[in-house]
Amino acid sequence: MTSAMRLLPASPQRHDPAWRGRVLWAVAGVLLLWPALVLTEFRPWTMLEPATFKASLRFIGDFFPPKVEPEFLWLVARETWRTVAIATAGMTLALVLAIPLTLLSVRVLSVSALSGRMAWMPATLRQLVRWLLIVLRSVPELIWALIFVRVVGLGPTAGVLAIALTYSGMLGKVYGEILESGDSHVTVSLLRNGAGRMQSFFYGLLPQNAAELTSYSVYRWECAIRSSAVLGFVGAGGLGQQMDASMKMFNGSEVSTMLLVFMALVWLADQASAWLRRALG
Amino acid sequence: MKITLNQVSARHPAAKRGAQAALRGLSAKVTAGEQIAVIGPSGAGKTTFLHVLACALQPLSGNLKLDDRDPWQLTRNQLQLLRGKLFLAPQVPPLPPRQRVVTSVLAGRLPHIGLWHSLRSLFYPTAIDKADAALARFDLSDKLFARVDRLSGGERQRVGLARALMTDATLLLVDEPLSALDPLRAQQAIGSLTQAARERGATLVCTLHHVEMALQNFPRIIGLRDGELAFDLPAAQVTPERLRDLYAQHLHELDGPAPASFDLPATDAPAAVMHCR
Repeated sequence: MTSAMRLLPASPQRHDPAWRGRVLWAVAGVLLLWPALVLTEFRPWTMLEPATFKASLRFIGDFFPPKVEPEFLWLVARETWRTVAIATAGMTLALVLAIPLTLLSVRVLSVSALSGRMAWMPATLRQLVRWLLIVLRSVPELIWALIFVRVVGLGPTAGVLAIALTYSGMLGKVYGEILESGDSHVTVSLLRNGAGRMQSFFYGLLPQNAAELTSYSVYRWECAIRSSAVLGFVGAGGLGQQMDASMKMFNGSEVSTMLLVFMALVWLADQASAWLRRALG
Repeated sequence: MKITLNQVSARHPAAKRGAQAALRGLSAKVTAGEQIAVIGPSGAGKTTFLHVLACALQPLSGNLKLDDRDPWQLTRNQLQLLRGKLFLAPQVPPLPPRQRVVTSVLAGRLPHIGLWHSLRSLFYPTAIDKADAALARFDLSDKLFARVDRLSGGERQRVGLARALMTDATLLLVDEPLSALDPLRAQQAIGSLTQAARERGATLVCTLHHVEMALQNFPRIIGLRDGELAFDLPAAQVTPERLRDLYAQHLHELDGPAPASFDLPATDAPAAVMHCR
């Protein structure tokens, strides 16, 4: 107690100068949030009105017990496999696109930036690649899926292509940020000693950031599994399409079985990520 | 490699615009195969000096010639080729923590091998015996397949130096190679480094905090103070008076056990304090 007293500032006039700003921004945040709540018609209390409440209860009540007939489980297993396949194929294609784009856009691998500013040609190229990544990820995968369903027809191909395009944009951006935010000392030293860009990547940048990159990729794979469920609703195949059908039939027990499968998949992805991090860490 | 510096001034790119240049009006000539130690108090511009020589930093004014060529007149590709002929070992060894020692050491030859060869070497190291020999010079062969983050600070520093031996560089620029080593290891490391440079006829420029080590192991000493050349003399002519001048205000940095002839004023910080390492 006495030692804590001694830590207090000697004179009462010595306030924390950051205090005023903190209060100001907190108040400003609340004020800015208010119109957003109004605009989104955020009225959670409608959920508790008797009519809606009963309807929701009935729908949720249907979820129990989950449907476990062998025939249905076999169908779910097949569709689960398809979902995982869509997510994995989509991620692989996304990686094929994202890795070269990342390498083109990472500033750390620039030789001209070793001494002062990046030369204008590589700087322009880098900017163009970043714009391309923005275009790729700003179109939601649902929209890509709707486009591809028209081009290649109903089925998993549309889902794979939709995930590939959106995710390449996200992966390219975040990979670039991971690579640039890490310690660049190793990579820059290699470049300074005359190593090539790709050599510096494989001997410096990649080993430096491998664990981060892996865990983000596995997380994205997990997201792709969830995405493919949403894409199923627009006819891009997999568990989502099945779930859409069950929802339309108000068959809650089927929906809940499939939701349980999703939870298991996400749990598996989580375990895989933890294991990979341990292996690389 | 031959070096000519003519009135070179340089400033770190991150420095403020109005700030004084870290290196001012430096002129020197170095013939191929020479071995030079650069000494001076902290902030004297030793690292900047190495960075200028390594073509990592473009001089603000004056010019630098490496083998009679101005590196900053070259195209970017030629400059990168030239950088392959010089090797800068930074003070903090640039080793990714999860990399294995053998890979880190072999990374020294990247400029001399192609991309495919370097990828193959990641799959299965292609010159294990060479890496082992380089590590053996620093008494580290038992760490060949250890991971970098399992090493102590001193071991990492020696791995960084072993990497220098893997290059075909004709100019070795080594920044504070002994900062994490005990006296015995330091003597061994500096011996291996100078010997390796001699064997291949490479020029060696080494910044050192440890003045005594510099005087014992290097025939020529460059003293820097406040970004300017204080002296450039054969080691035998570097007298205690010159050192006291060089380290005025920073006498505590004249570390290591002071030689008998070293009568430093008792009023200042004690001379034998191991400080600023």
